[in-house]
Amino acid sequence: MKEIEALQLPEDLRYAADHEWLRPGDPARIGISDYAQDQLGDIVFVELPAVGRRLERGEEFGTVESVKAVSSLYMPVGGEVVAVNTGLEAAPEKVNADPYGDGWMVEVKVTDPAQIEALMDRAAYFKSLAG
Amino acid sequence: MTATPGTTGLILDEPLLWERGRSGRCGASLPPADVPESPLDPALCGEGPSFPDLSEVDLVRHFTRLSTWNFGVDTGFYPLGSCTMKYNPKTHERQAALAGFAAAHPLLPESLCQGALELIWALERDLAEITGMDAVSLQPAAGAHGELAGMLVIHACHRHHGAARSRILIPDTAHGTNPASAALCGYEPVAVASGPQGVLRPEDVAALMDEETAGIMITNPNTLGLFETQIQQIAAIVHAKGGLVYCDGANMNAVMGIVDMKAIGVDVIHLNLHKTFATPHGGGGPGSGPICVTAELAPFLPVPRVVRQGDGLRLAHAAERPLSIGRMGAFHGHFGVMVRAYSYIRSMGAEGLRRASTLAVLNANYLRCRLKDLFHLPYDRPCMHECVFSDRHQAPQHVTTLDMAKRLMDHGFHPPTIYFPLVVPGAIMIEPTETESKEDLDRFVAAMAAIAAEAGQDPETVRTAPHRTKVRRLDEVRAARKPCLAG
Amino acid sequence: MRYLPHTSQEIKEMLAVVGQDDLEALFDPIPAGCRRQGLNLPAALSEWELDAHMDQLAGGNAVAPGAKVYVGAGSYSHFIPAVVPYLAGRGEFLTAYTPYQPEISQGTLQAIYEYQTLACRLMGTEVATASHYDGATALAEALLMAVRKTGRPRVAVSRLVHPHYRQVAATYLHPAGYEMLELPARPDGTTDLAALERAGEVAALAVQSPNFFGCIEDLAAAAAAAQGGGALMVAGFTEALAYGLLRSPGSLGADIVCGEGQSLGLPQSFGGPGLGMLGSRQALVRSLPGRLVGRTVDQEGRPGFVLTLATREQHIRRERATSNICTNNGHCALRAAIYMAALGGTGFARLARLNHDKAEYLKGKLAAAGHPIPFGAPTFNEFVVRLPDGFEAVHRRLQQEGIVAGLPLACDYPELGGCYLLCATETASRQDLDRLVKEVSS
Repeated sequence: MKEIEALQLPEDLRYAADHEWLRPGDPARIGISDYAQDQLGDIVFVELPAVGRRLERGEEFGTVESVKAVSSLYMPVGGEVVAVNTGLEAAPEKVNADPYGDGWMVEVKVTDPAQIEALMDRAAYFKSLAG
Repeated sequence: MTATPGTTGLILDEPLLWERGRSGRCGASLPPADVPESPLDPALCGEGPSFPDLSEVDLVRHFTRLSTWNFGVDTGFYPLGSCTMKYNPKTHERQAALAGFAAAHPLLPESLCQGALELIWALERDLAEITGMDAVSLQPAAGAHGELAGMLVIHACHRHHGAARSRILIPDTAHGTNPASAALCGYEPVAVASGPQGVLRPEDVAALMDEETAGIMITNPNTLGLFETQIQQIAAIVHAKGGLVYCDGANMNAVMGIVDMKAIGVDVIHLNLHKTFATPHGGGGPGSGPICVTAELAPFLPVPRVVRQGDGLRLAHAAERPLSIGRMGAFHGHFGVMVRAYSYIRSMGAEGLRRASTLAVLNANYLRCRLKDLFHLPYDRPCMHECVFSDRHQAPQHVTTLDMAKRLMDHGFHPPTIYFPLVVPGAIMIEPTETESKEDLDRFVAAMAAIAAEAGQDPETVRTAPHRTKVRRLDEVRAARKPCLAG
Repeated sequence: MRYLPHTSQEIKEMLAVVGQDDLEALFDPIPAGCRRQGLNLPAALSEWELDAHMDQLAGGNAVAPGAKVYVGAGSYSHFIPAVVPYLAGRGEFLTAYTPYQPEISQGTLQAIYEYQTLACRLMGTEVATASHYDGATALAEALLMAVRKTGRPRVAVSRLVHPHYRQVAATYLHPAGYEMLELPARPDGTTDLAALERAGEVAALAVQSPNFFGCIEDLAAAAAAAQGGGALMVAGFTEALAYGLLRSPGSLGADIVCGEGQSLGLPQSFGGPGLGMLGSRQALVRSLPGRLVGRTVDQEGRPGFVLTLATREQHIRRERATSNICTNNGHCALRAAIYMAALGGTGFARLARLNHDKAEYLKGKLAAAGHPIPFGAPTFNEFVVRLPDGFEAVHRRLQQEGIVAGLPLACDYPELGGCYLLCATETASRQDLDRLVKEVSS
């Protein structure tokens, strides 16, 4: 496992307590943080929702599996899923290799932009991990 | 070469089945065609499955070689916690293979299968006697199937008395099958934390138990190997709210003839004939998971039921048992497994069974006391049939439970159950069973001591174990990412 | 007792290590009110006494060669080559646990991988599980899988699926609130697929072929009807040998194939243990219930096998698992693999053909003797015949001679009073069949 200081935590992202990240925009892009992928270990499968689904903040949008564990993925904000990363179906290892790039998971049309503001910035997230 | 005790010798390679043989061989003789060939619409006919063609010699070499890559109870000590890997007596195989049992059709007219019905009836009475319960169904095919049958009985009972409830209490030490079985009945599992002594506290159950909760699923002795000392108080709390007590009897091997399950407040208990009653596990099954219930719940048991009528036995079907949960399997359950378990009970008798439980508990406590200076023992109390250690003392060397389990293979032992129960991080769960002699236990202790020492002196050797097996650690990530499930 | 190795001296030494004076003290943690006082069981038997007792019990059942049982209905009399129990009986296979430690379980793992492969080839599926309890629970699991996959709470099941299988499916489906609709039979003895349209939206259509009456169903038409409405096609079977002759369910479009593998080298054993077989298209693999063995490599690159995709299972996903199953019928799958390999593709096809021909011979003789065959659809190794009024008495008389002349159908199909389901496999000689026709017609 990586030391906290070794984690990649980009400045331009917002973070949720459940270790999802969100890149603001229209649509906003969502994935899991470097910390989350490192804790999970080798990811072998990612299950993502159907495009068009509307999900509330905190609702489960999918699962991510290692060999011996399953973890739920939760929406950091409410919105409609407009795209999912179908590339993860054949290559779930992208989440480990590049969690903020090729390893992204869903894109959503955010219902309430104020929910984005409520997420942590890099400094707050780092503090929560170090805490 | 430095020899590691227990493993030295020849390992033969063997290709996949279909890489052997030649088209046109056949390893079986077919009866002569003494009737004329009859036409069948060619549109219905296929080409037949593409199985490899082998001679009988090809076949024997192939599966014999495969078998030598396995470790069984017949090979050596198998202290797999919660699995009761006791010796499987060979006379059981003779009894199950008797033509009168093995060739019996399940739909024989009752007058032509009195022997099979008699065995079922007698085994049901024996299991009722051993547990202290009133009625038994042998239909469930395995432990989890018994759990499901038991949950269905509880569900049917609540519905019969008014309302089906929506929740079920399950301790945090439970087997994964418990919540999975409950969920099949539509119950939402509610976790109950075990107390600091490793057993449930009545106040924690009282805080969660209400009239929407169907009851509790409790394993006793529990998966830490401890007897749930407050079980009677807990059962009273559950019963006071109209709930029922389900006992997972996976660990019955500790308490045959010792504990009265009805007296402790259990309403339904399942047994694992393939654990407690010495039938072989077969590399994953078949098992048999009978359920034993109180008289109040007997009307809900699966159909058909074997009942006595005059001098004979007959089957009572759904029409006579309107409250039954229905049928759990195509026929009468795993009859072949029942023959073995019945043979075991007849061979042991009452005293033999009680003696088996007593010595199982002695063996577990002996290992607990011999190993506790080497490995962290989170609950240092007298145990029942198994004891749970952890890898805490080896953590500074970055040697884990998994590493030590793998290293045990090099010493010629099957590893214990690891990383379960979940309440003990890095758990090492050891269940020796009663059929292991003191010298085998001492050899195991010596191997564990050698590994504990090696973890300090040469941790890399432990971390990269096993070294002397047919294959080394396997790439499970690759298996799961790109599943290759057929050749 | 010969399974308990402890000498009194050893017990004394061990108690000293534990710090107790006597064995009874080991149970001190158990409160007095929880104790059982003495078990009332028959006295222990020596090995030879046990043999005598078991011989007597086994003698109370009618089996070949003394008895002739012309009943199939989910359990079939087939010859089992001696090599099958010999190899499967090896202690390394028989006395091992589930292969959770792959380095010392490669024998079980490779054998199950080989079983999965042969099962796929037989059923025409891309994947097959490592086994379920029996054909009935495999069907129940297949229906629950379809419910999860489609999110639809109802399933349609043909009335010609084995009645016991339908009862088991009902046991599994009803408590969680799922509904099972029954599709009726057509006059030719096959399922009325037109009724599916009236059933509305369903998760699955389940059809058994050969069905309970032995009739071969049009699985391709059933698959088209199911998939046209967004349902999964579940094809069931009770007689696995049929696919030595017939086109496989997978090749006819079934999404999920499930059934009973007892015919593949397992003794009938009064109905169990059998072998629940379950397979599907690759795309459904993560929804499958039950264990799967996969091929991989070890850290030195050598091929090897492991249990895989375990995140579907109860020990990881607990209440959200695809099934509660843990112990399965792995040893029965091993036996089936050995049996399928013993016959080989060539032998298996020939044996299937022989079974078909035996039953056709019997059917033809009965028809020629004036007994109507009510259903016109082609059959495999069992079929329905209508026998004359008063045949019940003949059936009972024949039982006393050890002949079971078919299974009366009126219990499960009240409209078929006087009809019997008869089965003939390779174990019945032409002479046996001729005698049966004579007895039935007398």
